[in-house]
Amino acid sequence: MKSAAAVAAKQNHSRLLGLSRETLLSWYDDMLLVRRFEEKCAQLYGMGKIMGFCHLYNGQEAVSTGAIKGALNPDDYVITAYRDHGQAISKGVDPKAILAELLGKYTGTTKGKGGSMHIFDRATNFLGGHAIIGGHIPLASGVGFAIKYRGEKKVCLCFMGDGATNIGAFHEALNLAGLWKLPVIFIIENNKYAMGTAVDRSSAVQDLHKKAIAYNIPSEVVNGMDVLEIYQKVKAAADRARATYEPTLLEIETYRFRGHSMSDPVHGVYRSKDEVEGRKQSDPIILLGETLKEEGLITDQYFDEAEKRIKKIVEECVEFAENSPDPPVDELWEDVYFEGKGE
Amino acid sequence: MAIVSLREAINQAIDEEMARDERVFLMGEEVANYQGAYKVSQGLLQKWGPRRIVDTPIAETGFAGVGVGAAMVGLRPIIEFMTWNFSLVAYDQIVNNAAKMLSMSGGNFHVPIVFRGPGGAAHGLGATHSQALESVYAHFPGLKVVMPSNCKDAKGLLKTSIRDDNPIVFIESEVMYGDKGEIPDGEYTIPLGVGEVKKEGKDLTIVSWSKTLAHTVLKAVDVLQQELNVSIEVIDPRTIKPMDYDLIVDSVKKTNRLVIVEEGWPFAGVGAQISHEVTSRAFDYLDAPVERVTQEDVPLPYAHNLETLSLPNLDKIRTAVKKVLYID
Repeated sequence: MKSAAAVAAKQNHSRLLGLSRETLLSWYDDMLLVRRFEEKCAQLYGMGKIMGFCHLYNGQEAVSTGAIKGALNPDDYVITAYRDHGQAISKGVDPKAILAELLGKYTGTTKGKGGSMHIFDRATNFLGGHAIIGGHIPLASGVGFAIKYRGEKKVCLCFMGDGATNIGAFHEALNLAGLWKLPVIFIIENNKYAMGTAVDRSSAVQDLHKKAIAYNIPSEVVNGMDVLEIYQKVKAAADRARATYEPTLLEIETYRFRGHSMSDPVHGVYRSKDEVEGRKQSDPIILLGETLKEEGLITDQYFDEAEKRIKKIVEECVEFAENSPDPPVDELWEDVYFEGKGE
Repeated sequence: MAIVSLREAINQAIDEEMARDERVFLMGEEVANYQGAYKVSQGLLQKWGPRRIVDTPIAETGFAGVGVGAAMVGLRPIIEFMTWNFSLVAYDQIVNNAAKMLSMSGGNFHVPIVFRGPGGAAHGLGATHSQALESVYAHFPGLKVVMPSNCKDAKGLLKTSIRDDNPIVFIESEVMYGDKGEIPDGEYTIPLGVGEVKKEGKDLTIVSWSKTLAHTVLKAVDVLQQELNVSIEVIDPRTIKPMDYDLIVDSVKKTNRLVIVEEGWPFAGVGAQISHEVTSRAFDYLDAPVERVTQEDVPLPYAHNLETLSLPNLDKIRTAVKKVLYID
């Protein structure tokens, strides 16, 4: 029995939006890489090699792939919260450096200083990785302000969870973006739970996209299990932002297949096992794979090849991270103040 | 040399740096149309236009965060808080985003931003509007804290702060905006972390800064030198972080006595840090324990007599000076 989300996704898939086979397969691979990368993280966390908090993206892969890899240009900006591995991978951040970061190694994205929740990469305009809920949303408006200040045609994509829409920073940032017309696309990844608190227990308005109405920002609901729909909606918002600087809010309805972090079980006390298993029937990777097969772009053989290829990449990440050095002792005192020349 | 008010000195610094660097802009409540809540930004909207002189809604979290985000991608914002008291609403942005960004991003993103506005008590503004927050912000690695006590320093230090590549907490004083002072003609800057001996002396050293130095300490020193027949050296660190410890330690090695006068509260105050550093580096030179004059450890009341009683004043400074000199 397929869920409504799955049926909707399949109908949409039949069109493939005129995208090339190469593009679509690269998206499939991106989603699969994120999934297998996160599974490896879970394993390494269990072995005690990843420390601290670690929030996995399983189930939400279509969001990062469709919105970032699909809809953005390489020089567009992405800023996000702490569930950031998938978005970093989709932005083109080297997964080897991400895994090295998780292991606290010097070759990591931030030399071992940020950890799982703080992935940053200047080369790909990946602006973090932020762990105070909602605190990064005003930064996104600031990036939008800078884009408009310089008259550029870029956009800033700002990801947040459903829980972030209840904190003040969200509302101030949206008001400024709406007031000043800043080219920011705010993406609520509504996975139904802020840690263990369901949306209907935390927000007076449960249609979270409606919160944008107060700030005169156009908004829409998007099926988060359908990478093609996500691509389509984010691309349209990005095109509009490039043309008019107008911001957009998209509420992407998704679901996490694992716990909030590695510290809690998959379903826990706040949701049932049946609910989780039911949602897994709308696995975004399987849905895309089935569509590609039905459209005759691939055969079952592709799935095996992709698995092998991705497995090898993840193994290379682990090997790279494990063999990388810890940060040198002197690094403790580095990067506290910037010794620049006004650049 | 020209004579200007403190607000004019700050205005000149902003104006000159905006002319020098297209990436610099001023943002805050009432900075544009209203010409500044304290008229610091007077005329800047007319000169630079609304793209670079930007009025905001009352949303400190929002616009402080906008500044940090814009700085991450290459602009150089000056974010005005109408007073530093309101920065507490933006505390997360200053502390978690501005101060830590460089370190947490492993050097990927630095944040060249100036947060500025008046701090400390004015007259009868009550507990929420009268706070000296320098020790709070100096606590966090990644921030620099700058507190000028006069017009010349304000202009020179602000220009340096705007050119600095790090987040700067620049604290002015509401009751000093009308104070007049000489500033040099033409271009000049003053480095951060370099204090100044305001007055040489040989019997004891007083360290103080900003309004407390300008309005309270310098007057008290004149009185007490006469009254007690002593010679007092006065040091203005000008920058709270980095603190010019060398200048203070050298002075104490000469005078052998130290009093620190600050408007902040006593617990974990800036004076406590200076006292530790001096005790650690010049213990054998001290002829008396270091004394501190601070605001009383209470929220500042409104009533004039209680407000005066709570803040550093001549009587408190006299008591501290006599104590380090062992005068009964």
